[in-house]
Amino acid sequence: MSLMPPPLAILAELTHRCPLRCPYCSNPVELARAREELSTDEWIDLMRQAAAIGVLQVHLSGGEPTVRKDLEQIVTAAREIGIYTNLITSAVLLDQARVEALAAAGLDHVQISFQDSEPGPADRIGGYAGGHEKKRAVAAWVRAAGLPLTVNLVVHRQNLSHLGAMIEMAASMDARRIEVAHVQYYGWGLVNRAALVPTRAQVAAADDVVAEARARLEGRAVIDYVVPDYYARRPKPCMGGWARQFLTVTPAGKVLPCHAADSIPGLVFESIRERPLAEIWESSEAFRRFRGTDWMPEPCRSCDRREIDWGGCRCQAFALVGDAAATDPACGLSPHHARIAALAARESEVGEGSFLYRSFATVDEARAASGLTRDRERPEAAVPPAPG
Amino acid sequence: MSQSATLTEQSVPRFPRGSRLQFNAQRQQWMVQAPERVFMPDETALAVLQRVDGSTRVAAIIDDLARVYAAPREVIRDDVLELLRELAGKGVIAA
Ligand code: SF4
Ligand code: SF4
Repeated sequence: MSLMPPPLAILAELTHRCPLRCPYCSNPVELARAREELSTDEWIDLMRQAAAIGVLQVHLSGGEPTVRKDLEQIVTAAREIGIYTNLITSAVLLDQARVEALAAAGLDHVQISFQDSEPGPADRIGGYAGGHEKKRAVAAWVRAAGLPLTVNLVVHRQNLSHLGAMIEMAASMDARRIEVAHVQYYGWGLVNRAALVPTRAQVAAADDVVAEARARLEGRAVIDYVVPDYYARRPKPCMGGWARQFLTVTPAGKVLPCHAADSIPGLVFESIRERPLAEIWESSEAFRRFRGTDWMPEPCRSCDRREIDWGGCRCQAFALVGDAAATDPACGLSPHHARIAALAARESEVGEGSFLYRSFATVDEARAASGLTRDRERPEAAVPPAPG
Repeated sequence: MSQSATLTEQSVPRFPRGSRLQFNAQRQQWMVQAPERVFMPDETALAVLQRVDGSTRVAAIIDDLARVYAAPREVIRDDVLELLRELAGKGVIAA
């Protein structure tokens, strides 16, 4: 009998390839090359293993998952075994025929990210000319194919003042769910942090915009709002707790408790090429390391929120405090909280800054810029797209 | 106004694309799967949702439940409408 409750959802990073170069991209700076990617059969086998241990939903993500020509096959296989399929896409590579093919394959839901409300700034942030208009067209095809749509709006200092217009745009595209997420400062977001961190005043204004829009759109669209960690008093229950509800599979088949976990040194992640998923979930050392409450230091250990937020995010603790087993510094009870909040405030006051775009070519540049390369193998981390 | 307020006894509720009721063997439990959400219906909610088939009117669902559970129709009606309106507001049910 299994001791662990089964995971709810799996984030399948089908590829790291992506035509966009968002400065806050959560993909590892060192991207898995196409030849290392799992094959169609390997992904389909993974879906079977996932269903067998009780996974209910799969988020098909990347990189840009539509780069994979076998996406329809993977969707078909997942649906056949009863897994709910959600496509998380930048949409720019889709045409209407492919949207219809995916709908016919049984896709359940599509999430499209938008960078801003207008083509000019949106395409500048995404680093892809014509991207914004293309996304709008794809959103319409998605609805025409009868698929429910979530519009994901990642907000930061350079677009927060347009948030009202962005939400309006999402509602006009008949998105039933609108996800407003402040950038998480990991991975490329961390590299570009100084250009992205919003000011406290901007965050307060955004809170008001969201509250107003929620009231106005009631019954038409649900708005999920992810507040920025740096200005929070208590951390988010990252992934519902380490290795409790979610797992991520990387393009090359490594299994992680959350898709940033790779940034923590000293953890060894196993591959589905070497071990069955059920065993990795149950007993992989990296999964057990921060599962539950036994690993916790004070103040978490004796805190009455320890099984609510599970001590916050391990990757953020490592990125900001240098210790993955520390209380998340987003928590006001962390001894590092004041310093982190002050850093965010200070960086938010510097000028617009220029982004460092994600691409294979800029890896070394990014490493240098991150200043985090000394005692870590990889300078990046990421956080999952807040799975509901 | 919203779809949820307009749901009445004459409505024909259905699960829209992207939302479905499914039995999960590992958990031995019925679940409603929706975009980035999973709901675990309690016994009452399940009894209602299992009668949502895209062709049965809310009135008929109420009648059936009142008969099966031998309960006053008004009580059942209020519960059923409240539940379906709530789920319609979340987009889990359409009518
Ligand atoms: S954040 Fe942008 S660049 Fe990164 S994977 Fe998503 S769409 Fe691609
Ligand atoms: S002390 Fe730990 S458990 Fe308590 S609120 Fe802060 S992060 Fe959560």
